[in-house]
Amino acid sequence: MTAPAPSVVPVPAPRPKALFEYLQRLGDDRLILGHRLSEWCGHGPILEEDIALANVALDLLGQATIFLRMAGEVEGQGRDEDALAYFREAVEFRNCQLVELPKGDFAFTIARQFLFDVYDVVLLDALTKSTNAELAAIAAKSLKEARYHVRHSGEWMLKLGDGTEESHRRVQTALDTLWRFTGELFAADQIDAELAASGVAPDLAALKPQWESLVRDVLDRATLTTPNDVPRLPNAKGGRSGAHTEHLGHLLAEMQIVARSHPGATW
Amino acid sequence: MIRHLGAASRDEVLAVLDTVMDPEVPVLSVRELGIVRDVLVDDRGGVTVVVTPTYSGCPAIQVIERDILAALAAAGFDNAKVRTTYSPAWTTDWIPDSARAKLKAYGIAPPGTVADNGALVQLMRVRQAPPCPYCDSRDTEIRSEFGSTACKSVCWCRNCRQPFEEFKAI
Repeated sequence: MTAPAPSVVPVPAPRPKALFEYLQRLGDDRLILGHRLSEWCGHGPILEEDIALANVALDLLGQATIFLRMAGEVEGQGRDEDALAYFREAVEFRNCQLVELPKGDFAFTIARQFLFDVYDVVLLDALTKSTNAELAAIAAKSLKEARYHVRHSGEWMLKLGDGTEESHRRVQTALDTLWRFTGELFAADQIDAELAASGVAPDLAALKPQWESLVRDVLDRATLTTPNDVPRLPNAKGGRSGAHTEHLGHLLAEMQIVARSHPGATW
Repeated sequence: MIRHLGAASRDEVLAVLDTVMDPEVPVLSVRELGIVRDVLVDDRGGVTVVVTPTYSGCPAIQVIERDILAALAAAGFDNAKVRTTYSPAWTTDWIPDSARAKLKAYGIAPPGTVADNGALVQLMRVRQAPPCPYCDSRDTEIRSEFGSTACKSVCWCRNCRQPFEEFKAI
């Protein structure tokens, strides 16, 4: 009896080091953006919005926990999600620069969130087809939450853009400032290429047209002008390789101080 | 205490889990919420409860795991373990009708069915606000998709003029 021919050509699994890098990117985007959103807690423009931003922050923090836990397991050096969140230096963080920028005014926070949320649903949707079953499961779960998030930030884009002269001006200014940071979201490097080759992660460049079309659709309806300069990397090397703006260090100082001042503390 | 575990014991474990209530919605058990996905009993009597979180960031999940282990230990299952799974992703569609009635009696509008047209970016709610759990009026509105916990939204009843929470469909 001959063995049946395999129906699919087996794809090589990526090196654990590459997968570790990639999982940190997924985890760190969420950890840092979740922290920025949490800065609104107690400062939201209205109570409902204060609660909404805290809810989204909590979802992102939960997702970060799951991705960074998996990252620690893949690395195999005994680091858990807390070790990665609280005991890495800024140059070791792999988040994009978009998420680390200071929260700005409410329009800036919403515009940044909207640009990220659309990227997030597009990316997570693609990751549900990952050849890594664990990653696909986490993506499917996170996607449900991300679709809630983009409805929230997208509806606010409509309200602010098609609102008063002041709200329109503020959200347009925010978009113009943020736009150049979106280039990094789709700038694939060797890690992305290795993971895409093994089917673990999608081809980032292929996701960009979908992102752009979804973003433009909402901006048009919000009477906002989509910035037309070509998005490009803010630096030659971006946050994915550890090159960050000066803002990340300040954020980490606040986020990490308790864990570093009292290592091993429990409650 | 030494337990002899078999198929009957799995039912015993499930009966214990029926007594473990969700810390944030204490009228529903962790089984009714769909958090418990499976109970495994190995041939050496080890019990593993497979759970899935409602939301990724649900802070209650650690309390739930602790409560499950404590309840099982109290019932004589000393070496139980809890394992987390993310697939399939939790959905409110798993909450049975009997549990939905308990939610309503507790003052929380039960979740509707998950409305999904498949679009990744779906703005502007098309769904109706749920009926008021207090007076059953349909003259209600959704005030905010985000409430006191990740799983609830905030609504307003124009008839009895009071706010109420809705367990949101996801």
